Amino acid sequence: MSIEVRNVNKRFGQFQALKAIDLHIQSGELVALLGPSGCGKTSLLRIIAGLEAPDSGRIVFHGEDVSGHDVRDRNVGFVFQHYALFRHMTVFDNIAFGLRMKPKRQRPSDAAIADKVRELLGLVQLDWLADRYPEQLSGGQRQRIALARALAVEPRVLLLDEPFGALDAKVRKELRRWLARLHEDVHLTSVFVTHDQDEAMEVADRIVVMNKGVIEQIGTPAEVYANPASEFVYHFLGDANRLETDDGPLLFRPHEVRLSTHPAPGYRTGTVRECRQIGPLLRVTLEVPGQAQGIEVTLGPQALASGGFDRGALLHFHPGEAPRTAYRTP
Amino acid sequence: MSSVSLPATASASAKAARRGNALGRRLLILAAWLVFALFLLLPLVIVVSEALKQGVGTFFTAILEPDALAALKLTLLAVGLSVPLNLVFGVAAAWCVSKYEFRGKSLLVTLIDLPFSVSPVIAGLIYVLLFGAQGYFGEWLSDRDIQIVFAVPGIVLATLFVTVPFVARELIPLMQEQGSTEEEAARLLGASGWQMFRHITLPNIRWGLVYGVVLCTARAMGEFGAVSVVSGHIRGLTNTLPLHVEILYNEYNHVAAFSVASLLLALALVILLLKQWSESRLAHLRTGAQP
Repeated sequence: MSIEVRNVNKRFGQFQALKAIDLHIQSGELVALLGPSGCGKTSLLRIIAGLEAPDSGRIVFHGEDVSGHDVRDRNVGFVFQHYALFRHMTVFDNIAFGLRMKPKRQRPSDAAIADKVRELLGLVQLDWLADRYPEQLSGGQRQRIALARALAVEPRVLLLDEPFGALDAKVRKELRRWLARLHEDVHLTSVFVTHDQDEAMEVADRIVVMNKGVIEQIGTPAEVYANPASEFVYHFLGDANRLETDDGPLLFRPHEVRLSTHPAPGYRTGTVRECRQIGPLLRVTLEVPGQAQGIEVTLGPQALASGGFDRGALLHFHPGEAPRTAYRTP
Repeated sequence: MSSVSLPATASASAKAARRGNALGRRLLILAAWLVFALFLLLPLVIVVSEALKQGVGTFFTAILEPDALAALKLTLLAVGLSVPLNLVFGVAAAWCVSKYEFRGKSLLVTLIDLPFSVSPVIAGLIYVLLFGAQGYFGEWLSDRDIQIVFAVPGIVLATLFVTVPFVARELIPLMQEQGSTEEEAARLLGASGWQMFRHITLPNIRWGLVYGVVLCTARAMGEFGAVSVVSGHIRGLTNTLPLHVEILYNEYNHVAAFSVASLLLALALVILLLKQWSESRLAHLRTGAQP
């Protein structure tokens, strides 16, 4: 089931949340809407779901214009950031809810509903939790139950709003890998909202980078990382250095920098301001004359042994093979 | 650290402070009990003892007398009509305020509280002014032979007015706190508006609702001022229990007055127990434990 967003605008009072958004999501794709908070990504997701009405523009599911359809007729699965599980119902009743709400004629029998719920609990690997209440579950378990509940009605598309946002770092990583695997099995057209570029890179087939209500770039994780369309995208997808040179500012990533203890052609001089080990990597911050912003360098484990990064030490650095001349600010 | 002896001094003074606190605490608790006994318990004891002064027989004669029974019936009728109406109104108002954004919302919330701030007597006078024989709609009503003031509809209206805020006031903060994502989730899963209300909203607010209804019932039963103005005090017809007590008292029929008052008191105690129970369920709900 493909999703098309055509020229969607949305305004909340004076605030323009979305400006002329056009987006085509192919059937079976897993797409991330990535951007800082307030960029409009959640509004866009809620408009696709029908929870919010756009001021203008259309939403099309597989060629069918659903703009006028009510939420309940769009048949989308939606997973909320804070799960929105029904607190007074057991896990079983939560998952069964969508099936039980169907009109009498389409409603499966109780036995069929129970089978379906068991199947979904198996899918999210939480069979033993059927009789618990939501508050007795951990965050990760709640999120998986919320997913099972959304899948119970066999939605045409799956929308997830910051699905891992409220979880701690370790569970978040496990769960996003699990989601990526699940998507490979189920192959349901899915859109998820995130502000975490690692999450988008790791899980999504394509990333839609958004900022201030517009789409900055759409592409595969490799594409957007290798060829950021704007300085915003460059900065948002990873740590970035900005170096003022005679030919104008240069942008490059910390891991691209080469260091030397001796002056060499193409190398600039900097003073070590800080050196910190982060896991297996070493992050050195250099102070460069003529600019306030320091230059960050990340080095592999072998650099740890060599030493020579004491505070105040003089080092020579090269911006690497592929520095980018800074984007013209629009 | 500047001084080694500091912790010792600190703990000594903390102990002294604790001793002072303990004394203060005892005094305060004593004072609270004293006030409670003097101003709340003593009057209740007096009411019951006055009622039983001439024995249980007189007590029952007083409350089983036709006028008293009529007053009881009318009180229950006023409660039975005004509470359900306020229940519906309260839920609708709380729903509007907590789920939608609209112009004049804060004005609406303020207006819901109006009956709290307006004296009940004035509320009663408003109805006399509107529906009385000389009132705005008086002629229109009398042409159609409809009697509102000095009749049962007036009493119900006055009761309705003074009890409007109870259910809404209780539900608005509860529903605002719960937000509407669960309702959204239900809609997304295909629930109709009614199904969503029935299966998601109602279970989430039920204890707040019970609490609001209990408070509303207590007030509706005991309302004197507004009802007194619109009632006309016709014995056996437009007297509610509180009005009946007043009439008996004014006639120096103290035993009967206190007997009927005891009846009202007994009803109030039942309501109080219900309130206590719903309150504990509500606290349960708020701390997140399951029923």
